[in-house]
Amino acid sequence: MSKIPLQFRHNGREVAIFVDGGTNLLVALRELIGDMTPKFGCGQGGCGACSVLIDGALHLSCLTLAETVAGRSVETLDGIKQGPQLHPLQRAFMENFAAQCGYCTPGMLMAAKALLDRNPQPSRAEVVEAISGNICRCTGYEPIINAVLAAASGGRASA
Amino acid sequence: MLELRKDIFADERDDNLKEIGKGTQRQDMLGHVTGTSTYFDDHKLQGMLHMKVLRSQHAHARLRRIDTAEAERSQGVRRIIRGADVPRNLNTLLSLINFGKDDEPSLAVDKVRYKGEPIVAIVADSPREAHEAMAKVRVDYEPLPAVFDVEDALKPGAPVVNEVYPKNTFIYHDVYDHQKLRFGDADRALAGADHVLEQRYQMSPIEHAPTETNGSIAAPDTNGRYVVYTSTQALFFSLDTSAKILDVPSNTFHFVGGTVGGGFGGKVDTLTEPLCILGAMLTGRPVRYVLGREEEMQFGSPRGAERIYLKDGVMRDGRIIARKVRAYFDSGAYTRLSSYAVVKCVAHLPGPYTIPNVHGDVYCVFTNRTPATAMRGFGVTAMDFAIECQMDKLAHLVGMDPMEFRILNAYRDGDMKAHRREAKNCALIECVQVAAEKSKWTLREEFRRMSSRKDGGGGRAAIPATPGETRPRPTAPAQQRTAYDRSLAAPLNEPPREPPPPPPSPPQPAAPSHGATRFSSVFGTRRR
Repeated sequence: MSKIPLQFRHNGREVAIFVDGGTNLLVALRELIGDMTPKFGCGQGGCGACSVLIDGALHLSCLTLAETVAGRSVETLDGIKQGPQLHPLQRAFMENFAAQCGYCTPGMLMAAKALLDRNPQPSRAEVVEAISGNICRCTGYEPIINAVLAAASGGRASA
Repeated sequence: MLELRKDIFADERDDNLKEIGKGTQRQDMLGHVTGTSTYFDDHKLQGMLHMKVLRSQHAHARLRRIDTAEAERSQGVRRIIRGADVPRNLNTLLSLINFGKDDEPSLAVDKVRYKGEPIVAIVADSPREAHEAMAKVRVDYEPLPAVFDVEDALKPGAPVVNEVYPKNTFIYHDVYDHQKLRFGDADRALAGADHVLEQRYQMSPIEHAPTETNGSIAAPDTNGRYVVYTSTQALFFSLDTSAKILDVPSNTFHFVGGTVGGGFGGKVDTLTEPLCILGAMLTGRPVRYVLGREEEMQFGSPRGAERIYLKDGVMRDGRIIARKVRAYFDSGAYTRLSSYAVVKCVAHLPGPYTIPNVHGDVYCVFTNRTPATAMRGFGVTAMDFAIECQMDKLAHLVGMDPMEFRILNAYRDGDMKAHRREAKNCALIECVQVAAEKSKWTLREEFRRMSSRKDGGGGRAAIPATPGETRPRPTAPAQQRTAYDRSLAAPLNEPPREPPPPPPSPPQPAAPSHGATRFSSVFGTRRR
């Protein structure tokens, strides 16, 4: 099978790979680039564990054909730290006990980041809406919502 | 008296374990928020192959013929694995503790007993090539009548689901087709009750649906062993199960796990490891076998459904004087852990209430449904659902407040439980009182003053005459007490008393060769 050359920005770095036609972005990130932070949960767009940002907008990488991100910027959980410094959302998730098994956490954090990047002061309802595509089977939604709100208010305090 | 030799470990940690209210960080939290916690599927190994499993389309069918010739020739296929390739293609999970008969193949050979049962495993260079080969396997099924209802399965002439258990029930102690509890004379008490309420309760199977599906990666190690990255919740249980099925010493394997993407009981069944390791053994390559979401829902074992009949006798003053329970635990096509769920269920009867006459019959039934497994209090939760629904209805029947009705009937310290153990450190009354207070539910003064520590024991400690019991037992067997008990019955240094005569024992299976004393709730033997 002939391979398709693919070049895009991955967490700020230019990467180039060859993919089979039909390869989805989740497989490209995990198996070809080696970024294991997006998770496979369903492969059907039902759980949100594979959520990534493409040019700043939230996408399900399992339902995104890899070749469609050519020339675009893909951001995953692996790229949201500033050097060794955790992103305010990561700190807020830690401090608010917003993870149990941790498997949905990368997707949750990307969904939360997409929200705060466009709306730094969301209401509780807006946070609920923003993570409504992400399933947490340990059912820890309340601490997650609280963590996103805490990160948002923390951002205001420092601004 | 259980004595801990704390002096031996005195240097290792202090005894201040008061953590409540402190807010202690999880040790894995940093890994979770940075995405660096390593789940089994986050391992990428050089030359890794991919396994897919062809599953039964039918709930019950004879396998006339399995033709893999075309699949063998399919592009990228490294190996096709059939039942005959599995060294010991029959197992039951609790055989590790000598409980139950081997009843489940890793790959079906002559028959499939539920929809989704594995038939053929295919190892290929890529998941896509494995899928393509799977579509080329020809299976000639002869569909058989199936049974999906627990009571239908027990009727004469019902289809035999699993030939190891031809009556469609798990067999306890080689003899009994159900677990029985007898305490007092429930039938006589029901005849004298002011009200009798009989109800039927039915629950559905519940899928754990963990966000991470079941799976494993097995690879030949540098020292002739195999390293296995797995989603299992029960690492050594899965290791031993794999060693048994593959008929090798357990030190052949190095299992790596511990970071589980949600389990809830659905990752103890060793669903993927044996075939995954076998794939690595037969190809000499790392092999990855991960369930897709659809497989997780169809083939991943759920919490077993239960059908429960409760018949209670209650007096006008609110005292429950008899509870009769008949229940059926839907094990699906194979035993897995359901036999044990039934033992737990019976031990839990009649719920946290002091009832002088209790009668229980609980069956572990085989049907052509996906085999059931552990899930959060399995065996107990469904029975509690039924019992607590029943408690509300009984309270209504006698015109009592449902909270006060529970307080009236709750276990108190010193009461005799139906399985002939003394109730200790009871707290149901206090829990109900707190729940009432928090929900601003008014309890009458006398119920607010009741306590688990008062008014128990005495006549409530007696074991009633029980029809069919060969020997009267005036007292309960001596119980182990710990320092956590509220009050110690005997001074600490009292010389050991002579143990009471042993209760009449049911016919015992042959002495097991190993491990039998490790699992006290199954065998009734004290953990050593």
